[in-house]
Amino acid sequence: MAIVSRGFVGRPRAERADLPPGQYLTTDFPVLSAGPTPSVRTSDWQFTITNETGRRYTWDWRAFRALPTERFTVDLHCVTRWSKLDTAWEGISLDTLFQNVDTVADHALVRSHGGYTTNVPLVDLLDSQAWVAFRYDGKDLAAEHGGPARLLVPHLYLWKSAKWVKSITLAVQDTPGFWERLGYHNYGDPWREQRYWGD
Amino acid sequence: MARAAVLGRLTWRVATVAALRDETSTARTLVLDVPGWPGHLAGQHVDVRLTAEDGYTAVRSYSVAAVGDGDRIEVTVEQVEDGEVSSYLAGVAEVGDLVEVRGPVGGWFVWEPEQTEPVQLVAGGSGIVPLMAMIRARAAAQRAVPFRLLYSARTPDSVIYRPELLTPVGGLDVTYAYTRQTPDGWRRPPGRIDATLVAETTWPAEFAPTSYVCGPTAFVEAAAGLLTDAGHDPASIRTERFG
Repeated sequence: MAIVSRGFVGRPRAERADLPPGQYLTTDFPVLSAGPTPSVRTSDWQFTITNETGRRYTWDWRAFRALPTERFTVDLHCVTRWSKLDTAWEGISLDTLFQNVDTVADHALVRSHGGYTTNVPLVDLLDSQAWVAFRYDGKDLAAEHGGPARLLVPHLYLWKSAKWVKSITLAVQDTPGFWERLGYHNYGDPWREQRYWGD
Repeated sequence: MARAAVLGRLTWRVATVAALRDETSTARTLVLDVPGWPGHLAGQHVDVRLTAEDGYTAVRSYSVAAVGDGDRIEVTVEQVEDGEVSSYLAGVAEVGDLVEVRGPVGGWFVWEPEQTEPVQLVAGGSGIVPLMAMIRARAAAQRAVPFRLLYSARTPDSVIYRPELLTPVGGLDVTYAYTRQTPDGWRRPPGRIDATLVAETTWPAEFAPTSYVCGPTAFVEAAAGLLTDAGHDPASIRTERFG
């Protein structure tokens, strides 16, 4: 990397310790998704965890909303290089949803309404690291941002935080999801800049 | 499902600006020489990295504007307000200057000449860039599959690739929708695309086209919603958003 782009100056070098490498700050909330925004009604909404033996644990919206909620403030890092800091959410911790789930599996495949999938190691979903969120900035989560409810795994790039989440399937073996099959990194740690295959 | 077009590790390659072409008052095309470029599909993008004298770097993604031509790639960059990379690429860079690129990236928002179904393209502003790559790929592969393009632009002067798009191509129908100002005598007052325009100028859902929608977020939300409202299978609509 010995080249210089002649005449390129760039922004002032205010290095931010809380920004992963290669990211820039944004204050708006860009939307990225591979297809149209699905319309998911809470009256039809279900969330299912299936363990490696096929046992299903299902919540409808009423049962889901009866679970204890958490308010949390996290930073979001998108693989397209924007980061948004201190975003305020309300949701159900996956620790709560997994409380009675019997599993020894290591891998989770997350599915969304609309057909999107993404894979996350189960250990990254537990221990206060992930939520199914339904409120953003004090308001019900807008459909374009994944409402009525989306996964949030903020320590990984945002494509892992599946919008319109509907299920998590646990398995002994890892299955790459939508973007992970199309060139994006299987794990996606922004602090190690794992954007694409081989990063 | 498009086959994965990104294979293996992506490495940064030095690229030399070989030619520049102004497209509008705010957008220009950079032709880059990238020795060892692995090739790409229409609709894919690349990461462009700029390095300042002091080692500071900035990276942004840009859609590739034309299908593969050996070691040459073309990107069209619209200057965005306060954009540290776009203002360099669209304004400062000269022929002979060096940048770095890696890619291609993205295996979903692609059109391949093997596809046989009709294609509906819907562009908002500089969202035309990856769609133009598809139009050019169709021509390069001498494919007859019918394409329609609905292109929303602010004004006639902000239409990118205007001379090329105005040249008639068999099997490609282009409809312009202007949001701020129209040519004299234009049949439709300035305004956003709506259900009527979609019904009159895009493929009916029964033709089962694959649709590619690219533009700013609000545009893509609206356009993809109009297509699903018109009966298109959501799985047949691929979107790419920026901003």
